[in-house]
Amino acid sequence: MPLLENEAFIVFWNQMTMRIWPATLETLYMVFASSLFGNLLGVPLGVLVVVTRRDHIMPNAVINSIASTVVNIGRSIPFIILMVAIIPFTRWIAGTSIGTTAAIVPLTVGAIPYVARLVESALLEVDRGVIEAALSMGATPWQVIYKVLLPESLPALVLAVTITTVSLVSYSAMAGTVGGGGLGNLAIVYGYQRFQGDIMLYTVVILVILVQLFQSVGSWIARRLDHRHTS
Amino acid sequence: MIDVPVQPILSLRDVHKTYGKGPNQVQALKGVSLDVMPGEIFGIIGLSGAGKSTLIRCINLLERPEQGTVLIDGIDVTGFSGRRLRSVRRSIGMIFQHFNLLANRTAAGNISFPMEIVGKPKKERARRVAELLEFVGLSHKADRYPAELSGGEKQRVGIARALATEPRILLCDEATSALDPETTVSILNLLRSINRSLGLTIVMVTHQMHVVRSTCHRVAVLDQGHVVEVGPVDEVFANPQATMTRRLLKEATAIATA
Repeated sequence: MPLLENEAFIVFWNQMTMRIWPATLETLYMVFASSLFGNLLGVPLGVLVVVTRRDHIMPNAVINSIASTVVNIGRSIPFIILMVAIIPFTRWIAGTSIGTTAAIVPLTVGAIPYVARLVESALLEVDRGVIEAALSMGATPWQVIYKVLLPESLPALVLAVTITTVSLVSYSAMAGTVGGGGLGNLAIVYGYQRFQGDIMLYTVVILVILVQLFQSVGSWIARRLDHRHTS
Repeated sequence: MIDVPVQPILSLRDVHKTYGKGPNQVQALKGVSLDVMPGEIFGIIGLSGAGKSTLIRCINLLERPEQGTVLIDGIDVTGFSGRRLRSVRRSIGMIFQHFNLLANRTAAGNISFPMEIVGKPKKERARRVAELLEFVGLSHKADRYPAELSGGEKQRVGIARALATEPRILLCDEATSALDPETTVSILNLLRSINRSLGLTIVMVTHQMHVVRSTCHRVAVLDQGHVVEVGPVDEVFANPQATMTRRLLKEATAIATA
């Protein structure tokens, strides 16, 4: 019997094209959009937390404690609660609180403090002596940020973006359960509520592949950018 | 002959610096005064913890003295901040014990860095980088990253970087302390030749007596935040006055004969 007339294959094929593939695209859309916005807002917040420290280039106790507190509060709220808690905000930004686009709002909000914390630890790894050398040359604080802190920690920043993106894959699955669409939604609605074990399995396999892919690409780029050790 | 009074290029007047607060307070500098003349190599020697590094950092105000004044060319820069402070710093080069090169920039990129800071056009930067690499003998390593360079090569890059913006004073903070004896000699030779050919004033902090003896014109001995002796190297070594100077000389001899 030819493959294309095999009933099991037709079922599989239909599930792939009609359910899994669209859901994967939705997940990718949520993850990339929220990773983009999360990093755009989270990196500056992380830089702010570092440079305003008492022993750093723009010491400012007030801004530092505000920024640190924002990061800590954000990090301590479980994502599933954050998602529900900011529904009015989501509605204000996206016009609705249901759907893939709306899910980008809580995912971004959840990613910002996460990114900021990762950026903070990356920037604190930059050798103090190098910062001092730049200051001794008459660099402005702004020049220290974009010519020393960011380029010197670039490999660590790429890893931070990678870790954030990977985490967002799992957060996006959570967002799926409350009407966010994507693979998480698919796994719950078909795999769990309708007992379609095969859908559940495919979903998990795709999520694992996505995470592997993001992590490998991120690690590879980070290694290429790192000149701190002889290769 | 007319005796032309020469103004010190750099003066410290009664500089005090304290770290910490309360019982943990450490007085690093307790009223240091010094004059450095244009074109000389001035050494500052002392045991570790004597305040040497603090002192050299006060010169370009990486550390801000809480009392006393720093004069560059007779101008009191102690209170400078922002743009004026940066312009003073740009006229003072600095090299470090651990080189402090940017790990993710090549040798050429590191030398280019201070010129980017001051906004030199790209063409001019490239020309000057090539010139400086040639000067420190590293033209063949232009595209190497610091991790691929030896200690001596890293310090040569550090020196080229410090010279990039044509400073009037070069500060050396234990610049040879992390190098082996042979490399130390070659770096000191380079510093001497820079001093001679460019007339650059050099202030160097070190705990190594032989560095002062071979390289400096004058020396100040620092002991627990005080300058206990200052004078031409020959005189100080031949006829040490302060106890600390005698101790440092004795230790240097002990090490040399060991």
